[in-house]
Amino acid sequence: MSYYQRVVCGYLDIELTERCNNNCIHCYINLPLDDSVALKKEITTTEVKRILKEAVSLGCLTVRFTGGEPLLREDFEELYIFARKSGLRVIIFTNATLITPRLVELFRRIPPLERIEVSVYGMRKESYESVTRISGSFAAAWRGINLLLEKKIPFIVKSAILPTNKDELKDFEKWAANLPWMDRLPSYSMYFDLRARRDNENKNKLIKSLRLKPQECIDILIRRKQNYIRGMKQFCSKFMRPPGSKLFSCGSGVGGGCVDAYGNFQPCMLLRHPSCVYDLKKGTLKDALVNFFTEMRKIEASNPKYLSRCARCFLKGLCEQCPGKSWEEHGTLDTPVEYFCEVAHAQARFLGLMQDGEKAWGIQDWQDRVKEFTRKECL
Amino acid sequence: MKKVRLNSIYAPANDNLVVREIYGEYIIVPIVSGLGDLDDAIFSLNETGRAIWDKLDGRRTLKNIVEQLSKDFTGSVENIEKDCQGFVAELLKRKMVIEIK
Repeated sequence: MSYYQRVVCGYLDIELTERCNNNCIHCYINLPLDDSVALKKEITTTEVKRILKEAVSLGCLTVRFTGGEPLLREDFEELYIFARKSGLRVIIFTNATLITPRLVELFRRIPPLERIEVSVYGMRKESYESVTRISGSFAAAWRGINLLLEKKIPFIVKSAILPTNKDELKDFEKWAANLPWMDRLPSYSMYFDLRARRDNENKNKLIKSLRLKPQECIDILIRRKQNYIRGMKQFCSKFMRPPGSKLFSCGSGVGGGCVDAYGNFQPCMLLRHPSCVYDLKKGTLKDALVNFFTEMRKIEASNPKYLSRCARCFLKGLCEQCPGKSWEEHGTLDTPVEYFCEVAHAQARFLGLMQDGEKAWGIQDWQDRVKEFTRKECL
Repeated sequence: MKKVRLNSIYAPANDNLVVREIYGEYIIVPIVSGLGDLDDAIFSLNETGRAIWDKLDGRRTLKNIVEQLSKDFTGSVENIEKDCQGFVAELLKRKMVIEIK
């Protein structure tokens, strides 16, 4: 049994704000830097500390400060020091534009004990700022990155594959490989989540337009073909089976979750369906994790379309479909998301698990096909 | 490496770390940088380590601790002494304990 299964709360994500000083075209959550309504509603310093304190009492070892841009919070240093002195490791998700010499000195003196995670959206000013839509953000990000490097503060980088930067992947990976703390390739987002608050249809249209086509996703996934196939064989031998009507096959809400910028506790960063969100101003992390999320995880699918497709689909392990994504796309927990379905089918066709024209939920001999794929010497 | 003496008194370097007991497991979480050589990793104590750590109270000498542990545990005094010295040496290297006297 893993540490996270043994304790009530092994990890916690806290979105310190939804505001961001960048305005990234693909972002699922960002609000403008000066959004006064959001600012006014944000969880207070005292509330964050109370939550951290309870998390520690429940066995939490790691907290992730994310956003929006978490460094926008005026009390960031105070919260960071509080978390560390409470015996927590801290992961910080940031765009690095607000990293200052003072902050780097703090990280040097009191290390986060986890690598800071920096999003880098382009290797050139033009590509970077076509994503962030903020003039000067490229220079600010590199200033921050160089400060981290100078003081040897461990960090890793990640990115998003977007039309304006996809030709720079090689340059990005070459640069990233030289960072002392990168022990693997950078991770990328490319399926892009729609707005988690379901707050802006125009932004959703833009995000959808940025998504790679299913075949382009495959091209990205197989850039290191042998590694990919080896990994998929291991993965498929363990995780390919129809999920049935049970909606929560992931670990969301088990041993941790995500506190949003307003003090609501969600099972994961995406899922903000009202029936899955717990108000921490009226209750405790423990009650949410032991009772509320436990009940939530029993919810079964009732949408006939989901039941006739996703529930019977052996590609579940390959597919991004989940209650969180269903919420973002359709406002429900159990509506199939066509894009993820297409990507999963394209992947299965590439791996030889299916032929053109087949639908995975109609395949009866899926176990034989998976077995054959995992045993095959090569593809 | 600093020599560990049986007549010395050692105590946790409380300003440098937080000790947490999580479901029966003792975990030492460094607060400041430079504790040890493992990228400031957290440090989990096994049963022996925990028994010794609990007695590093800044009052007893290491010799007193060995005597006490010899009463509580089976095993030769020599082995217990060796365990105690090895453990304290590791903690000193990680700056997790200080020598008081």
